[in-house]
Amino acid sequence: MSADMSEGTSAGQPADAGPQPESVVDAAAAAAVAPTSAVATEARDDLAQVEPVVGAPKPDAILVADDVVRRFGGMTAVDVTHLEVQRGAITALIGPNGAGKTTFFNLLTGFDTPQSGRWSFEGNSLAGKSGARVAQAGMVRTFQLTKALSRLTVLQNMLLAARNNPGERFWLSWLPFTWRAQERAATEKAMELLARFKLDAKADDFAGSLSGGQRKLLEMARALMTDPTMIMLDEPMAGVNPALVQSLLGHVQALRDEGMTVLFVEHDMHAVRHISDWVVVMAEGRIVAEGPPASVMQDQAVVDAYLGAHHDTDLGDDSLLDPEILARLEAEEEKR
Amino acid sequence: MDEFLRILTQSLAELIAPTTAAYAIAAIGLNLHFGYTGLLNMGQAGFMLLGAYGFGIATIAGAPFFLAVLVALVAGLLFALVLGIPTLQLRGDYLAIVTISAAEIIRWIGRSTWLQEWTGGASGLQGRNYKGTFQDLSPLPDGRTAIGPLEYINTGSDSWWTRLFAWGVVALALLFVFLITRSPWGRVLKGIREDEDAVRALGKNVYSYKLQSLALGGMLGALGGVLYVLPITIAPDAMGRTMTFFVWTVLLLGGAATVFGPVLGAMIFFGAYMFMRTGMRALSENTGVGEIISTTNVEQIGGMLVGITLMLLVIFRPQGILGNKKELAFNVR
Repeated sequence: MSADMSEGTSAGQPADAGPQPESVVDAAAAAAVAPTSAVATEARDDLAQVEPVVGAPKPDAILVADDVVRRFGGMTAVDVTHLEVQRGAITALIGPNGAGKTTFFNLLTGFDTPQSGRWSFEGNSLAGKSGARVAQAGMVRTFQLTKALSRLTVLQNMLLAARNNPGERFWLSWLPFTWRAQERAATEKAMELLARFKLDAKADDFAGSLSGGQRKLLEMARALMTDPTMIMLDEPMAGVNPALVQSLLGHVQALRDEGMTVLFVEHDMHAVRHISDWVVVMAEGRIVAEGPPASVMQDQAVVDAYLGAHHDTDLGDDSLLDPEILARLEAEEEKR
Repeated sequence: MDEFLRILTQSLAELIAPTTAAYAIAAIGLNLHFGYTGLLNMGQAGFMLLGAYGFGIATIAGAPFFLAVLVALVAGLLFALVLGIPTLQLRGDYLAIVTISAAEIIRWIGRSTWLQEWTGGASGLQGRNYKGTFQDLSPLPDGRTAIGPLEYINTGSDSWWTRLFAWGVVALALLFVFLITRSPWGRVLKGIREDEDAVRALGKNVYSYKLQSLALGGMLGALGGVLYVLPITIAPDAMGRTMTFFVWTVLLLGGAATVFGPVLGAMIFFGAYMFMRTGMRALSENTGVGEIISTTNVEQIGGMLVGITLMLLVIFRPQGILGNKKELAFNVR
């Protein structure tokens, strides 16, 4: 049934209300699938024309990477020949553990240096640029292990991300009148964003006192403070409770609907199926498949080799405790 | 009873002693490094010694007072750049290793015969050679003044003028640090202290901020060095590792990342340190304690107790006296 729903998603139409949503994630997906902004709709229509093959050129690519190679000793962690990311769309980067997703992510965002490779963002080369320069160019990332600045308040976390604050220059810092206006504007914007992420009541609490899920939200809100063109999310759903996953998914979609480009690394298959417009599958450092979520998911080779034959089985499902079903699954496994 | 009053007066005098002010300034600098930016500078004494040499040598060469102070500040700045440029891109621990060795290098160069002509070698520079310009600036009339139990000459080495000037500098430094640390600039420093990758991901040039912090704190260290030698002499061996650890104790006692912590820490530390030593000496001279602790051991035992205090502080109250308990609730790495 999940395949039905993802077809609905990729076609840009509301999901068929037929089957009852079986989890909050499905519920979230059912609630909001159709992009509302012109950019996002256009991006989705554009992507519908793209042939789902590895390295496929996109009509309006914001990020283009070529021959990016990263080796750790004798092990090649990343070897990406060609990848283009469509502007205004949500692109998911998936793959099994150790596929090199996060390493590739770090390379693109300037947090690691490849042995070779070229990549450009909005036509400007980013190869060899530091993480700070990449962020200044408009490509802002979050981290798999959230990096909330614990001993700063939630509001300070947000204000830290504001751009072009003259008070951040040392020689103006001790003259409050030179930066007070910008600071006030930034505070206003920060409070709006915090309200959107339901963190406004926590503005004056230390970020260290937030729960894991709230930290994820804060990190996302903080990234938005920089007015990014493209936002890179490293496993935004990892370690977040299901209720919050729903709201996180909503937020990610809202980013796209505002015209931002989203690239995210994710393990959560439900999330990938429901909210992404395009899926890139990595394994052993290479991109092995890409395409709209429905067709990539149906690519049996991808499913079996990289997601496991039983990716549709919910491991938290009580039915797994039934010895009969377990025996059947094991038998299937042996046949393969 | 008289003996006890004498000990108390001596301890009280330490609270406003120029040395206390010098340590307070050095700790304010270290607070910028460690408290706000998270940099582990284990060589603050090196900055202080370099500042003292810069001031002393410039004055002996004929520079007026404020030019000599400027020379000291520039010496601190250059030292910070030399240490910071290669190490601040590495992980924090490396800065600690580099600073502690660099401070020792400065001390050994100072006491070697190689530059004896300027540094005076192991015996250092005599105070009378460089104090003239400072004492000439004194607006105070000749004579002595007593305030309560404290009585000093108005102008001279151990004088009211030295105290006034030193604490005036402390007040200015406090104001300056208060202003810069509550600004957006200070917020970036605190962000770096928490997680520099997160700050980098938001488009800030972390390296440049760390270098600014190291340079600024180092210049305050150099200024502390100048204040330290104004009432005494420039002796390289008095400004070694022990001094660095005293500065750390002062900072952690008062409370890192607080504005007044370094000043409060310096006052309490030197007051208590003096009380402990004079008290122990009096006890060992006048009572049976002398059989266990002889007067000649008092200094060593005092030093040991400082070390123990530093350890206990770090283990049981890392936020110091003024530190925020709430802030500490989130474990610091």
